[in-house]
Order: sequence, then C-alpha cells, then structure tokens
Amino acid sequence: MDILDGLLQGFQVALTASNLTMCVIGVVLGTIIGVLPGLGPPATIAMLLPLTFKLDPTGAMIMLAGIYYGAKYGGSTTSILLNVPGESSSVVTCIDGYRMALKGRAGPALGMAAIASFIAGTFGVVALMLVAPPLAKLSLAFSAPEYFALMVLGLAMVVLLSGESLVKALLAMLVGLWIASMGTDLFSATSRFTFGQVQLLGGIDFVIVAIGVFAVGEVLGNMEPVKPAEMLPVPKGLKNLMPTWEDMRRCRFAFVNGSVIGFLIGVLPGAGSTIASFISYGIEKAVSRHPEEFGQGAIEGVAAPEGANNAETGGALVPLILLGALVLWGFKPGPLFIQDSPQLFWGLVASMYIGNVLLLILNLPLVAVFAQLLRMPSYAMYPLILGVSIVGVYTASSSMFQLGLLAVFGLLGYAMRKLDYPTAPLVLGLVLGDPMEKALRQSLMMSQGDLSILFRPIPSVLLGIAALLLMIPLFRKFNALRVQMIDREA
Amino acid sequence: MKPFVRSGDFWSGIVLAALGAYVVGQARGWVYMAEDGPGAGFFPTWYGAVMIVLSLALVVTSIIKPAAAGKPVVWNDLGRALGCWVAFVACIALMPLAGFAVSFALLTWFIVKVMAGRPQRVALTVAVGFALGFYALFELALDLALPHGLLF
Repeated sequence: MDILDGLLQGFQVALTASNLTMCVIGVVLGTIIGVLPGLGPPATIAMLLPLTFKLDPTGAMIMLAGIYYGAKYGGSTTSILLNVPGESSSVVTCIDGYRMALKGRAGPALGMAAIASFIAGTFGVVALMLVAPPLAKLSLAFSAPEYFALMVLGLAMVVLLSGESLVKALLAMLVGLWIASMGTDLFSATSRFTFGQVQLLGGIDFVIVAIGVFAVGEVLGNMEPVKPAEMLPVPKGLKNLMPTWEDMRRCRFAFVNGSVIGFLIGVLPGAGSTIASFISYGIEKAVSRHPEEFGQGAIEGVAAPEGANNAETGGALVPLILLGALVLWGFKPGPLFIQDSPQLFWGLVASMYIGNVLLLILNLPLVAVFAQLLRMPSYAMYPLILGVSIVGVYTASSSMFQLGLLAVFGLLGYAMRKLDYPTAPLVLGLVLGDPMEKALRQSLMMSQGDLSILFRPIPSVLLGIAALLLMIPLFRKFNALRVQMIDREA
Repeated sequence: MKPFVRSGDFWSGIVLAALGAYVVGQARGWVYMAEDGPGAGFFPTWYGAVMIVLSLALVVTSIIKPAAAGKPVVWNDLGRALGCWVAFVACIALMPLAGFAVSFALLTWFIVKVMAGRPQRVALTVAVGFALGFYALFELALDLALPHGLLF
C-alpha cells in the first residue's frame, strides 16, 4: 500500500462520525487539561486509559492522541498568561511568552503559539507519514551513549538561556540534578538524599518543583511591592490579539526550526518534547539577529518551542506505535505494525491532520477569552494561582507531604528570582537528571567503565556541539575585550 | 561592612558550596564503582564536585569584583514576600484539620485584605467566592479529590 492510498483510507476511518467525535472530545479535553497546571497529558492519558478499554481501539487512540496534542497547546496558555507551565515542555515558553504578556502582547503570544503549533504539528504529521519507517529504524540504533550525549546537549542549551551569568545557570542546573537524584537508586536500591523521609523514596515529581518554582515563586516575588502590581494591559478585539505580519515575518525561521527539530527529537524514544522545546529555543536565539531580545519578550521565543512541542507529537508517535503502547489493545508493535494494522496507523495519521485544524479553529477565536484572564485584578489573580497550584499538586500526588514540598520549592523559586538565578536550567536539570544518569551508567556498564564509549561517532558529534555551546559566553567576552582594545587604540 | 557581604552572589555561593560538600560527602558513603559498572555514588560525586568548584568561583568573584557580583539584596522587600509564604504554609498545614475550602478561603482573605489592603467586604466576598468556586469546579464538576480535613 502506498502512502496516498494509506492516507485516503486513514481519512475514511478518521472522518466517521464516531472517530471525529472522539477527536473533538480529545482535543477539547486536552486543551482544558493543558491549561490546568500540574495535570499534564501523561497523567490524563494514564487516568483515562482504563476507560478506553471498552472503546474501539482506533477511536480510543484517536481520542488519546487528541488529548496529547491538545494539552500541549493548552500548556502554553498558562505559560504565557500566568508564567505557570502546564507541563515540562511549556517551561521554555514562559521565558518570552510571559514577558510578552507583561508588555501587553498576551494576545499575539497566544495567537503565535496556536499558529506555530498548527504549522509545526501539520509538518510533524506529514513527516511522520513520509519517513516513519526509515526513522524508526534509525531511532532503534540509538543506545545509552547516544542518549547521554543528546541530554548533555540539551543541558548545554541552558547556556543560551542563561542570561547574564553562565556560572549561575550551571549551578541552577546542578541543583536540578541534585533534586533529580533524590529517592531510590533504581540500579542498586540505595536511598539517596531522602533525609530519612519515606515519602522521598520515590523521588520528587517534576510537577511539584515546576509549579513551586514558577507559580508560587512568581506570586511571592509579586508580593514584594507595597502597592499591588497594576493590571496588565490587554488589547480588545480579536484583530488586536492576533500576531502582526511583522511578527509572522520574524517567526518564519522559527516555524521551520520548531517543526524540524521537534520532529527529529520526537523520533528518539525517551528524548521527549522538553528537550525539543529547549533545543529549538536555543537554536532560534543562536541564529537570531536580535539575541538580546530573547528573555525580554521575543515572539520567536514563543513560536520555536511551541512549534517543536507540537511537531514532536508526530515524531513521538513513531516509537510510541512501533515500540509498545499498543500492546494494551492486543496489537503487536514493531516495524511491521504499519503493514499489519494499516487501518489504525493511517486512521491515526489522518486524525492528527484533522486534530490540528480543529485546534486552530478552536484556539484562535478563544485567544480573546484566554487573554481576559489578565483583566482580573492582581489581588484576585494571586490566590487563584496558589489555589490552582495546590489542586494541581494534590491531584497528581494526593499527599499533604507533597504540598509541603510545593511550599519549599516556592520559596526556592522566590530566592532564585531574588538572587538572579535563572529557573529554567533548574527545571531542565531536574527533568533530565534521572534519564541522564541512567544513560551514563548504562553506557559505562556496556564498556565496563571505559569512557571511550562516549566517543563513538554520534555521541562525539553531540558532545562536541555541547562543548562549543558552553564556550559561546567565553567567545563573547573575548570579543568584547577585543572591541574594547580596538576602541582604546582608536 | 565590606561590599561583598551585602552581595547575594557571595551568600548564595557559600550556601551552594555547602550543598556541594554535602552531596559529595553523602556520595562517598555509597558505592562509586562496582564490578558491573558505576554505583549510586558515581553521578552525585561528579556533579557535587562541579557544584563546589562553580560556587566557590562565584564567591571568589563576588569578593574580587564586588561590582560584577549580583545586586545587593534589599532585605526590607523580603518581609511581604515571606509573610505571604508563611500564610501559604499555614494554609497547607491547616488543611488536614479544616480541609481545602476553609484553608484556601483564609489564605485568599489574607492576601486580599492584609497584603493588598482591599476593604473587608471585598476580601470576604473574594475568599468565599473562590473557595466555593474551586469546590464546585474541581470536586463536583471534574470529580477531582481536594484535600479534606477532620472538620470539612
């Protein structure tokens, strides 16, 4: 069966009334869930999975996929409006999205997030359709050393996000690695950094740290001024909420960057959308003619990670489908899956086209509705953020101890703001710490402690790029000194 | 008083150096390298050591170049933020007894009345409204379990 025939068959499957309904339910539910901090797509899919066993597998997969990419868009809404990432891959959107909102450009930021998601998401689906079989084979060639190097590269991108001080960014990242180490070591069952607390044996959930550092820390920071912060200006009318042509022109490379990086990273099992969003943001900043605007509300800083975030959905389905998720429905995952279950594979691909269109139709008109959140007085907004934070953490953990941790990480987030430490590296260090340690230890187990395993071709290239990235601030300083010397001589 | 003593970089560097020393100290108690590969102490030893080096670099820089170090901490601003944090902690601590709705209403009232200085009527309305709204949305509509206390 060629691709066109497969796609036509897929649309026949996806456009049936029941499957279309499933797609709409998934997209709407996903968007709502994405807006709620702490209740991310993995948790939601895990909660709903048992309920889908009685459904037709194709319809169930279409709904779950709709929840997944709907939640990815929804996550950007709280990142932009409240500086609260709905999920880990939306962390990077906070950096410029929230700054844009503070400058009264919440509407264009939300609009751009929707447009970038649509473009990159569609690209991801097309790419999935065309290159799924060869890329799946390539991704299977990745083993522990390659993953370790990829994660080091992701962390090195922190340099490009670090703002003023490389040392502070690295320290924040190391604190993230430390938090990630807490709990039981899965290799040796050793308890690490648990302070004798049984509740810490399972480690600390990313959600708690992210909500604490970003949301609670932000509220505490805003409590400092004696006068409450003035209400942020929100332009009225859909026309004023949309990105301008100039915005679109500035983001043209970001669309391509986000689409390609998101898809390529998404193909690698376990790499995930968080790395994709950080890498695309780093690349966007590195190639920008105005890198100094990043972190101050650059619209490309919203478009690139949001695009990568959604293009990754297409890519993520390759390993998802080929490596295992469908076992639950009695399908046999593997390279023969597309051939054995064409109806399900192509139905899912077609539903993703439809889902992307639905997301755009749903979200662009609702940009105005979301932006109205900023009209709320700050004295009402802050309890609301704290309340949603509490509900998000409690829903994910059902534990008062975790709420205590939320307060601790809130204070940490406030201290980091106060002392000019960037918060994104901490969260990325936390997200990548565990898989990075696992990949490193697996690599060294494979080589019986020989570090040369990390210098195979692919890891060498990735680690080399990471090293170069870490040197960029040094080059900048060197260049500044050189310019100063030339000025003096002149 | 030396200028660096008021620098946030100086104090945060010291705290992080201590954290790095703690990490390395703990990691020394775990297996570093076993027969089948790195042990539980391998990764923490390395990042803990890097943490010590970087944080000491931060401390030294703040002493040598006080102007390049972070801005001095304005301690007066801390009071309001820490007051709000204490209220947040108290709200969480109260939940096992009073439940989410009451604790959250009290936190909301504190922020609106005490921190923002709004009239009592507004503070009470917002507090009760938010508590009921959260209960209706999450507990009743979305069927998500909110913290329940002994009383509510």
